Formats: sequence, structure tokens, C-alpha cells
Amino acid sequence: MNRVASILAIALFCTGCSDRPKTDVVYSDAPAGLVLINGAGATFPYPIYSKWFDQYHRLFPQIQINYQSIGSGGGIRQVIEGTVDFGATDSPMTDAQLREAKTKILHFPTVLGAVVPVYNIPGITEEINGITEINFTPDALAGIFLGKITKWNDPELKRVNAGLNLPDKGIVVVHRSDGSGTTYVWTDYLGKVSPEWKSKVGVNTSVNWPAGLGGKGNEGVAGLIKQTPYSIGYLEFIYAIHNKMAYGRVRNSDDNFVKADLDSVAAAAAGVKTIPADFRVSITNASGHDSYPISSFTWLLIPSKIPVPAKKEAIVDFLNWMLDDGQQMVEALAYAKLPKELVEMEQKAIASIE
Amino acid sequence: MQPTTTATDGPGARRRARTFTGQLQNGDRIAHFTTFIFAAAIIVITVVLFYELYASSSLTREKFGWRFLTGATWDPVALEFGALPFIYGTLVTSILALIIGVPLGVGAAIFLAELAPVRMSAVLAFIIELLAAVPSVIYGLLAIFTLVPFLRDYIAPVLEGTLCFLPLFQGASYGFSLLAGGCILAIMILPFIISISREVLLAVPREQREASLALGATRWETAWHVAVPYARPGIIGSIFLALARALGETMAVTMVIGNAPRINLSLFAPGYSIAAAIANEFSEATSNMHVSALIELGFVLFCITILVNAVARLLILMTTRKGSAA
Repeated sequence: MNRVASILAIALFCTGCSDRPKTDVVYSDAPAGLVLINGAGATFPYPIYSKWFDQYHRLFPQIQINYQSIGSGGGIRQVIEGTVDFGATDSPMTDAQLREAKTKILHFPTVLGAVVPVYNIPGITEEINGITEINFTPDALAGIFLGKITKWNDPELKRVNAGLNLPDKGIVVVHRSDGSGTTYVWTDYLGKVSPEWKSKVGVNTSVNWPAGLGGKGNEGVAGLIKQTPYSIGYLEFIYAIHNKMAYGRVRNSDDNFVKADLDSVAAAAAGVKTIPADFRVSITNASGHDSYPISSFTWLLIPSKIPVPAKKEAIVDFLNWMLDDGQQMVEALAYAKLPKELVEMEQKAIASIE
Repeated sequence: MQPTTTATDGPGARRRARTFTGQLQNGDRIAHFTTFIFAAAIIVITVVLFYELYASSSLTREKFGWRFLTGATWDPVALEFGALPFIYGTLVTSILALIIGVPLGVGAAIFLAELAPVRMSAVLAFIIELLAAVPSVIYGLLAIFTLVPFLRDYIAPVLEGTLCFLPLFQGASYGFSLLAGGCILAIMILPFIISISREVLLAVPREQREASLALGATRWETAWHVAVPYARPGIIGSIFLALARALGETMAVTMVIGNAPRINLSLFAPGYSIAAAIANEFSEATSNMHVSALIELGFVLFCITILVNAVARLLILMTTRKGSAA
């Protein structure tokens, strides 16, 4: 039986000794001088990030940035553990998460996005030339997602949609079932406009929903809404645009009903009076006449100390390029540009990377 | 573990076995050793999997204890985790899948093995094996675009009209429900039940059938009273394999079940399954407690499958004692 024990020991040892992958692996087949940078995180900015990294690699062939869109949560975890060179997230890291990381992590806003309420009401959404946009007050959205407003012809909805014949039908609420930065932005907004939401449900990438059905990913939510008459859900602005789904106007804090577009999202960023030095700021429910209230930044997470000089140089150069030439590419992909003042602040912050 | 092979090979072989190269030339020992390693690897993988799931879920195990299994709240914001709605959803959809899938599957297998013309049986068996190879996400798409509207517009009104006194068929039906999850699982496990049961039935010795026919039984009586009882352990095995697959199925279920962690008696209500919850929430779980809760869900699912397998073994043991073939 001795032999059995020793074989088992060897087998156990073999499974036990595989360590976590290190990022500082030297790839022997890489051309001399090639700088490989690995990042992971949010899915929402993935289209623009992949375009940036591709474009940057063409401009500077010796620098290659790999990005895996594994989700904001994964991005945060990996950057805390130091298994990637940078992370990306749609919800800023919490103080507790920042304390967990070995080196100080810096946030850099890259682009602006928005989340829009999407619905399927037979008789209203099909109308192509007439009005298809429903006006939503903050109370209406919070009420619907709390499960308190259950009919489409609720007074709260009728009051601000005088021209529409809202049906006497039950509202089917659709939300994301997977954890998501989109959910974070949506619940962050609802938490700001509804104290009841804040205390009962809260703000997170996934929450305990009081009502409704869950769909996986933007495509899952879109599928549920298309398949279910009299439903309402929320989607990333870009996703709703690309899939030509009807979405509503939302009343902002200046009592103006605003539809999400590049200008109204950019206005929300400009409406924030003071931006903190670490850039961790929520811009939902921003003030300003034309601000779309459910807008958000998305962030790159960069360690403040990068030990490998070549990597540090590459990341700093990329950040500067992203804030300058990179910003010119974002609108083609339906993201809103960063405001000028913010770009200047970020350029100063980049200098603090060691 | 005592190698006994060399003893009977005569004096020459014994002499060779004393040296190391001699031992290598003796293929038996090498084969014995390498295949033992392969077999041991399976045990090691299972043990490591079990241990990793157990160890990585320590945070929630310490905080909630057994309450994790009985709690009905799943709140990643307040960090309050209870797995009961997920366990409920997993079991209900899987059992529903068996209720629909087993009669259909075993019936089809009996037809294919016993009653259908040989050529037709072969062609159908090939198609069924094709069905088993279809990726689950395809079944999920099929379910979203055809099964769900069909259930909502045709099946649900009928059930509501006739069986509304049962708590199982009450409330509004959106289509995305436990019922939809169970139906798509039933479709997905059918190929497993049919193709394994058919193979088992085909393996029933010819003499058994001939004896029955010689006694004047009809083909149906032979199939039902002779072939099926003889093949019962294999058929039960196929059902439990199908159940194990239904318990672990992720993609297709999450696309139609509605993903709402609530316990609701009505099959029209949305639910949630363990595998779907892990797939949905793991990538964006930011707090350690949330990750730990999801891993513990995985641990619970692992235990459920072990339990199912144990019950399957027991059932097969019990039925073989009654005098049918193993």
C-alpha cells in the first residue's frame, strides 16, 4: 500500500503546485522590444477599447494591449490581486476594495455612456411616424421597478403623457439577471431619486429585485422585452440604438424631459460642479437643463506604481493618447466625449503614475 | 496492489523481472502502473473539486451556516444570502423535465428497439444522437422564440381554464417561467433517455424474446413484460443520467426561466436555478461574500448531484436483486 500512498502524494503535489499566472511572464517568442500589456474588466466600453487598442498598436507596433471583457467585477478583482496590468469598470471601486489592493489604484474616466428605459407596448412602440416616446418621471421609474406602479395607465404615467393612450394593462418589469455595470448605473440613479429604493433595494451591480423577470446580458433583456407585451426594462444606450428599440424620455433634476443622445449625456458630465481628485464620481441625476439623468463615466483602473519601466511608459503614453486623439473616435461608436476640463484634470493625474 | 503476473511466466521471465529493464519489458506492470495513475487522477480531480468548493465558500458557511440552505432572500447589496429559491427552482424544473421526458423517452425507445422496422430505427437513432450534440444555447434560442410564446398564448390559457383549482397553474403567465424551464429541459434530456434506453433494449438476449413469443405473447406483450423488465436497470440509469444533465444545465434554462429568485408554487411564475445563478452573477460579483455565496451554491449543486447518483445506484441495485440482468 506504500506505493499507492506515494502515487497519490505525487498526484496531489502536481495539482497543488500550479500557481496563479503572473503577468510578468517573459514571452520567449515575442519580438525583441515588444511590450505586452494585459487588461481586463467592463464589457460596456469594450467596443471603443478594442478600437483604441487596435489603433494604438498600428501607430506603435511595439506596444500590444490585450483586453478581456470579463465584466467590471472581474476587472476589479484582478487589479486588486495584481494579475493584470490594468482593470476597467463601470462602477467605481469602493473604499474597502481600494484598501485591499497592494498598490494604490487610480481611476481614469475614459468615455461616457447612458442607460435608457426600453418598453414594448403594442399600439405605441410600433408607431413609426407618430409619438413612440413615453415620458417617465423619476417617481414613475422607481415605482415601476419597486413593483408599486403595476398598470400602464397609472396616474403617475398618464399625468406626463397626455397625448398617449396608455393601456389598462399590467406592467411586466424586466431587469438584468447577471451582475452588470448597467445595473449599477440604473440602481444608482433610482437610489438617488427614491429614498425608498435606496433603503429597500440599494445600489450594486446585482441587487435583490422587488419585481419582474431577469434576462442575461443586454441581449437577454432586449429579447425578453421584444417577446413580452406590456413590458419595460433598461438597456445600455448604445445597445438600444443599434437594435432600434423604442426608449423613453426621463425627467431630469431641472424638471425637463430629456431623451438620451450624445449631447444630453455630455451635458450631464458638464453639469457636475466639482469632480473629486480621484475621479470616483457618479453623474446620475446631474443638474443642467439638457442633462440626461441616467448617464455615467466608465473608468480604467491603473496601479499608481508600475515597476516595469517599459510598461509604465507605454501605459502613460496610451492614456495621454486616449485623452487626445482617442477621444475623437468615440462618437462614431455612440459614446459621448469627456468634457474638456475633465481631460485637463486627468492629464495632470497621469503624471502621478510612478 | 500485489503484482502476481510474473509468478506464472516460468523461470526465464522471473529472472528478467529481477532487473529494472526486465521489469520494463514486462508490459503488464507498466500497463498496470499507468492505468492506475489515470484512474487515480479521476479520484484526485473529484477530491480537489470538492475541497476547493468547500474551502472557497468558507466566508458564507461561517456567516450563515445551515441558514444558507433555508434562507429565501438573495440580496447582494445587504450581503444576505439564502439558497432555497435556487434549490427549489433547480429541483422543480428537473423533476418537471423528468415527468414530461421519461414517458416520451422510454416510449420512443421501446418503439425504436422493439416495434419499428430496423431501417427506420437506425435512421431515427442517428437523428436522436444528432439532437444530443446540439449546443444548449441553440435550445435556449429555440425556447425564447417559439416555446415561450407558445406556452404563453396556447398552453397557459388551457391549463388555467381546466386545472385552475391547482395552485400549480395560477397567476399571470408571461411565458418565461418554471414551466418553460422544465419543458426545454425535457426536450434536451430526451435524446439521452431514448438513445441509452434503446441500446439497452437492443441488448436484451434474443432467447428471452423468442421464448415469450413461443408462449403465444404478442409483440407488445413481449416488449412490455419481457424486454422492458430485463432492461430496467439500464433504463433507470439513463433516466438518472438525464436528471444529472437537467440539474446542471445552465444556458438554456437561464434564457427562459425568468431569473427571479422567488419561491412560487405556480409553474407560471418565474424562478431561478443554481447553475443559472452562478453563470449570471459570478463575473460581476465584486464583494468576497458574494463570491463565496456563489461558490457555496456550486457546492450545494455538487452535493445534490452526488445524492442523485447515490440514489440511482441504490435503485439499480434494488431492481437487479429482483432478478433482471445487470
